[in-house]
Order: sequence, then C-alpha cells, then structure tokens
Amino acid sequence: MVSERAGEGKNFIDSRAGRFLAANWAACFLVLMLIVFSFTGKNFLSIANFQNVVHLQTVAFLLAAAELFVIITGGIDLSVGFVMGLASVGAAKLMQLFLAAGLGVGWTIVASVMIVLVASLLPGLINGIVITKFKVPPFIATLGMYGIANGLALKISQGYPMAGLPDVLPSIGNSYFLYVHPGDFFSFFAKPANFADHRIRELLRIVPLSLPFILIVLAILSFTLRRRRFGRHTYAIGSSMDAALRSGIHVDAHLIRIYVLSSFLAALAGVFNIFQTGIGNYTTFNAQYEFFAVAAVVVGGASLAGGKGRIWNSAVGVLVLAFLENGLAISGVQPFYRYIAVGVLLVVAVVIDKLFPDMR
Amino acid sequence: MSYLLETKDITKRFGGLTAVDHVSLGLKRGEALALLGDNGAGKSTLIKIISGVHKPDEGEIFIDGKKARIESPIDALAAGIETIYQDLALAENLDVGANIFLGRERMKRSLGVLKVLDDKSMREEAQKVLDRLDIEIPSLKKTIRTLSGGQRQSVAISRSIYWDAKVLIMDEPTAALGVSEQKKVLDLVRTLKDQGIGIILISHQMYDIFEVADRLAVMRRGVKVGERIVKDTTPDEVVSLMVGSETVGKER
Amino acid sequence: MLEKNASGRATSVGAVKAAASFFRSRWVLIFLVLEIVFFCFRSEGFANLSSMQMLLYYGVLVFLLATAELFVIITGGIDLSLGYILGFASIISIKVITRLGAMGLDPGLSILIGVAVTLVLGLIPGLVNGALVAYLKVPSFIATFAMLGVCHGVSELIINGVYAMGLPKLAADIGSGHLLYIAPGGGTTFFQRPVVNRGAVVIEIIPNIVVVTAVIVIIFAFVLARTKFGRHVYALGGNMDAAIRAGIPVKRRLLGVYAIASLLASVAGVVYALMYVSGKADAGASLVMDSIAAVVIGGASMFGGSGTMGRTMVGALIIAVLDMGLRMAGIPTFDKYILVGVILILAVIMERYVKERE
Repeated sequence: MVSERAGEGKNFIDSRAGRFLAANWAACFLVLMLIVFSFTGKNFLSIANFQNVVHLQTVAFLLAAAELFVIITGGIDLSVGFVMGLASVGAAKLMQLFLAAGLGVGWTIVASVMIVLVASLLPGLINGIVITKFKVPPFIATLGMYGIANGLALKISQGYPMAGLPDVLPSIGNSYFLYVHPGDFFSFFAKPANFADHRIRELLRIVPLSLPFILIVLAILSFTLRRRRFGRHTYAIGSSMDAALRSGIHVDAHLIRIYVLSSFLAALAGVFNIFQTGIGNYTTFNAQYEFFAVAAVVVGGASLAGGKGRIWNSAVGVLVLAFLENGLAISGVQPFYRYIAVGVLLVVAVVIDKLFPDMR
Repeated sequence: MSYLLETKDITKRFGGLTAVDHVSLGLKRGEALALLGDNGAGKSTLIKIISGVHKPDEGEIFIDGKKARIESPIDALAAGIETIYQDLALAENLDVGANIFLGRERMKRSLGVLKVLDDKSMREEAQKVLDRLDIEIPSLKKTIRTLSGGQRQSVAISRSIYWDAKVLIMDEPTAALGVSEQKKVLDLVRTLKDQGIGIILISHQMYDIFEVADRLAVMRRGVKVGERIVKDTTPDEVVSLMVGSETVGKER
Repeated sequence: MLEKNASGRATSVGAVKAAASFFRSRWVLIFLVLEIVFFCFRSEGFANLSSMQMLLYYGVLVFLLATAELFVIITGGIDLSLGYILGFASIISIKVITRLGAMGLDPGLSILIGVAVTLVLGLIPGLVNGALVAYLKVPSFIATFAMLGVCHGVSELIINGVYAMGLPKLAADIGSGHLLYIAPGGGTTFFQRPVVNRGAVVIEIIPNIVVVTAVIVIIFAFVLARTKFGRHVYALGGNMDAAIRAGIPVKRRLLGVYAIASLLASVAGVVYALMYVSGKADAGASLVMDSIAAVVIGGASMFGGSGTMGRTMVGALIIAVLDMGLRMAGIPTFDKYILVGVILILAVIMERYVKERE
C-alpha cells in the first residue's frame, strides 16, 4: 500500500499503513498490550479484570476529559486533582452535616451532590478570570489553585478520610447491571437479597453501572467538541487566538467557560469517588492525578501546544496507561518497570506527534 | 462619485507620540488604494483605526457618505470592512469551510431538537465563493495546514468576500509568497476590483503597487505627505516622497 | 504635572514618583520584610538567632531546588522531576556510603566517595531530560514528567520497600552540625561540638548544610549572571531563534541546563540524607511545587528569558518564612498551601503591573 510517485520512493512515514499507525498508534498499542498480557498474566484476560479496571478508571476518564478541553485551547489545568479532592471532602462534610441535622438519607445525598456541583463552578471561574483578565499563565494560575484547593480540602477534612456517610453510597457506586449465578438465577442492579456475601466470587457480574455513566458523559463531551459551536471555537482558539478574536469570538468568555467546565468535571469525579469508596477523601500529593490526566490526553494524541485532541482518543489514552499498570502488576512485574514504561510511553507519544503533525 | 470609504482628519496619539496626524483619505468603489510609507510612518495604526482595533483621538470615518461609528473590530466587520493581516489569522487545524465561517458558523437541527454544526453546507458555500473568485483548492475537507501560502491567502480573502466586504484592507499580501502565487493574488485583487470592492493595500513591493493600484498615498511620520494617481507617477517619485527628499508640507 | 520645575530641580512630585518606582520594583523584598515583621508580632521567639537558623536549616532543600528550577525556567521550560531526583540521590548516597562502610572504609572517606558517586550518577537524569528536550524536541513538561516516574521507579527498586538508612554517626554530625560553636566561658570550636557540663549553654552558629548551600547558591548565581554560559542561557530563553542565529550552541546549552538542575537536585538529595539520616523515594515530591513557586514569586517569567538568583532566593525565603511562621503561630500547615497558592497568583499579577508601569 505504499504510494508510488515517479522517480521517488516513498518511505514508511508517508505510506497509508504508516499514517494509519500513527493516527491510531495508541489504540493499536492497547490491543497489542492486551494480547501480550493475556499470556503473561494469569486472569488478565477476564471479564472481571477488565470491568474492574474500567470501573476504577472512571475518575481518570473524567479528569482526562477535563484536561482535554483546557489543553486544546493551549492551556493546562493543574488543579483538577485537588479540586476533585475538595469536592469529595466537601460533599462528605455536607452529608455529615445534613445527617446530623436529621435530613433523610436520600435528600442528604441529593442535596450534598447538587450543592457541591454548583460550588465547583467557582474554582474554574477563578482560574478563568485570573488567566484571562489578569493574564496570568495557565500553568501558574492553576498551580495556585492547586495549592488553594488542596489547603481547603485538608482544612475541611483535617487530614483524615471522612466517614460516617450513608452506607448506601458504595452500593450505588459499585453495583453492576446484572448479577448472574451460573446455572441458577440472575438479578438486576443489586446482588440477590438472600445471597451470602462470602459466596460473592461465584457471582458473575456484568457491566458496572459506572460504565454507562462514563460512556454517556464522554459521549456528550465528544459531541460538544465535534458538532457544536463551542467545540469548534475551542479548537480555533487553540490553533490561533488571533484568528478567533478577529472572527468575533469572545475568547476571554470562552476560556472562562472552559476552565469552569474543567473544574466541574473534576468535582464530578470527586463526587463519583464518594460513591465508589463510601468515604470523603482529600487527594494526596503522590497520587498526581492531574499529571496522569495530562499524560493520558497526550498519549491519546493531543498536543500540549493546543488545537488537537479528541475525547475518545483521550479515553484510549487512559485505558493504555491503566492497562499498562494493571497488566504489568498482574504479570508480577516490579514497580520499577511500571514507572519506566509509563515514562517511555509518554515520550513515544510526543515523538510520534512530532513526526506526524497532520493527524487530527 | 462619492467615496466608498473616507477618513477625515484622523489623529491618534500614544502618550507623547502622534502616530497618525490629521490624515484624510478617500477610497472609491472598485478602486485599489495603495498605502505606503517607511516603518513607523503610521500606516498600520491608520489601518487599525479603520478596522476598529484603535479608536481615533480626532477625526471621522464615513462609509458611503454616512458617518460611521467604528469602535471595535465587530463594528468594522458589521460596516463591511474586512482586514487581511500579514499573519492571515486563520485556524490551522480547521478546514476551509470552518475557517470561512469562523465565528459565524451555520447550524442545522439534528433530530429536530439539537443545533449542530452544518459542515456540509459550509463547505458548499465555501466552494461557491472559491469558484466566484476563480480559486482552486483540491480538497475542502483537509485542514488548511496542507495548503500553500498563496492558497491560504486566498482562503483569507474568500472569507472576507463571503461576508460581503465592501472594503478590503490587505496588509503585505504578497510578502511571504513565491512568484507564481504572487501573480495569483494580484489577479484576485483585480477580480475583486471588478466586483466593485474597494481595496486598501499596504505594501512595500513597488511592482505590486504599480500592477494593481489605481491611486496611492504616502505617509511619513504620521502625516500624509503625498497622494498620486499611479498612472501619473513613477517609483522614484514615490520613494522620494516616502523618504522625504521632496519638500512638502501637509497635504490635505 | 512636571517632574522638574523651571530651574531644572526635581520637584517633590518627581521625588515621590521616583520613590514609588523604587519600591514597586522591589516589592518582593518588601513583602518578605513585612512578612517577617508580621510573624515577629504573631509569635515570640520568631526573631531570635536559633529560630532564624532553623529557618535556614529547613529551607536549604527549597533553596537548592529553586536554584535548579530557575535555570530551567529561564530557558522557558520546567523541570518536574527534581523532587524524585532528590529522592533518588538520597537513596543512592546512603546505599553507597553504607556499602563502603561495610567494606571497612573509614567513615569520612566513605561519605566523601559516596557523595561523589551520587553526584556523578545524579547527572544522568538531567542529561536524559536535556537530550529529550533539546534533541527530540519533547516538551519539557512531558519529558521531565516521564523522568519523574523513571526516577521513582528506580528508587523503589533499589530500596525494595524499606527506608534506606544506616549512615555512620559522622554523617549525622555533619548533617546537623554547625560551623561554629561558642561555649560561653569555654572557647569556640569549629565543626565539632565542644564537650561541656550538663546544662551549659552552647551557642551554635550557622549549620553546616546552610554553609554548603550558601556556597553552592553563590557559585551558581555567579555562573548565571557573569559567565558566558549564563548569558547564553538567558539568550536562548529570551529568543531561541535569535540565539541560534547568533551562533549559540543552543542544544548543548539546554543539555547543560538540565544537567545542572539534576546535579543541584542530587546535592539536595545528599543534604537530605545528611539531615534526616535516611532516604526516601518521594522525599522531594512536594518540594518541586514550592521551588517553582519560589522562582515565580521571585519574578521570573514562565515564558523564559528573565529571573535572577537573588530574587528567587527572596521568593524561597518568603515560602520558608511562611512555613515556619505558621508553624510557630500554631496555624495548621493546610493554610500554608492556600497562602502559597494565593501569593503565587498575586506575585505574577504584581510583576505584570510593575512591568507595565515602567
């Protein structure tokens, strides 16, 4: 499939195969990884493992999506990890307060979540205003918010995970669509009532509820980027702020919206985290969620300079990083190699991006 | 014949510096007016005032004889004044249609409810404009990163035409182009003139000016030092006006 | 309003304007002074000799990392891996020193050799970073982030889950020792704590590691401000194209900058090992952000081309003072994060404001 021009041999880079590989290298790599790990790791290639990885990565998907919008405009948001922690801790605090005040469990959860999601617009608003009106570089502005959000989260939680939340939370967050006891019975949304807990391994669990949740969220975001004016303007600003300005686009207002969206998604991740774990937790320094979100987006083909990137590709990026860790761990590889693998992958992603700049 | 665009006594100061000093110009329909001057002469500032980037301290702008309030780029666009800057201000990662419609995208209703970008119709309209200007661009689906300098210039011009520009300001349009592409751009300018559009051309290329411009105005240190009909003058005279070896006062 | 009156003498208005300009451009220093004054009032014992020394003692790591980060930021990049290079160096140094000690080498000698080996090894991450950025054109954010992970992984591998420890006593003495000891009525000794009766007061002057750090900082300040290398670094940060055209070997300089940063982080790692007599992979994890904040508060631009050592050190001091001040006043560390974040943003806004007024 190498195209031939008179008198000129085309190299691999320009061939159709080469270009396909470059545009989809992350997905190809993912498939390759899955194949290799299914051999090297016991139980790697199992529905349980796959579902588990995807389920646990819900937060990562949300954070990567948050970063993607910002990165397309040529900026960056370092505060997402800590805004997530702040949301988690804030919602937990609210739930504790509401429960103590006697509010019913259902209303407590709904009210706390609503309040936190609305309040989450604030960090993004501040980020956006500082960046556009005060012309502070995004790296610094969000670095500042990183510290502020972290400090606030620690203040609220006093450094401890926050418990005392409704028990029903982890049940909602971790439930599956379908539970099957092979040869016996099945039920929806919750494991069968009189099924003993210690026999849980016998159950076949299909499709964690987090999966449709994240798919819907990502689908909405992807649609926005590709088919709505908001998305089109985002790409334009990323490619040339001048072009956007002179076309009459209100760049400042748009950027503020982008950062608000980012912190909203980060807060959504924090809220979801409470549903997954049942406790409110601040984000530790070592977790480095924001860096992994950026890494996933870059592996997914976005460029830090802006103008490029897609939601589903970033999702693939998240999966690549997640399965890399998962596969290596299951295969018994020491942490040493895992960190190196992620590092190398990142560099490869960027180099490929440089060699094939036209890939969308 | 009345002027399409006229400026009267436009003045702009920045601190202690008078960048533009009581400049009056007139541009007729279907005419190309070249604006010349050395660096720092005030050409860019004057252009920016006409396109709404700066507000003048004194003076007025008239469009088709009527006084116009131009206080922002959007006002200028609304008045039919489009500017093509040296850096083109195009989005590299978008295709031709998207660029032409940037900021004014066409939407269609999907499933009756959602408003969605109507890329197909934007591409069709883009093709029409390109045809009208006799520009050839092979694939409208690719991003403009794949286009040559001259083609990009054409896209920038097409954008202005689509939005019914009455006045087109071109800042150094052929500066970064190869010879054959320069020729194409000049042809385009002639086509635009035929269609009745008024063009203000900033250029250092004498060749371009003498090829397509009808009149020219020379600025020096913020002042208009001379205006000539291109047919009746020579490059030497123009250069000496720019540099100042002729003794001139302010011409009004 | 005229700056000078008819006879050419500056009017009082002119003097006020000049003074305002003078203070505006030194606002960072003024902020530091105000901060110190504030904390002096807030808690007693803030302004005495031992507190000041403690401030410097615990601040050395940030001073070293801020110096390192400054070099990289001037070139328009950023180095996120310094914290884990610090951790890596802390671990390596301990491993080598204890191994040499076990082989029977004199403690002093094993420390010397151990430090030397660590510093040499500590250049490697920097060289890799520099190569990625200069030759492969990988954005510094990504390259150093990748390196961060690699250092982390290598560190974990070496220690296998346990803290590195076991340094000879000499190391601890160096780490917490001081340059000068004055025993009132007794005598003064250098480097070694004088033996005194129980309960007798010994005045300690300038911790060893502060001396070492000061020397290093001064050396690199000199390199940055007065050597050709330093000039080149500013040049390529200000305008890469112009630097290339002026014949500056830009790629080699970038390599050098990242190597220097890595070296300084390794020094910080060694210092950490001496201070805490143990090594951890994530010893420097939170310090990177502090050091970047210090550089930015000190007025350097994230786009490169500007920033000086002096002002960066003032920025680092602002953070160190804040840290200690809050601790002494009994305010929980959480607030420190919030305050540093706010100061960071305000610092950048102030810098722009000052620049615009000039």
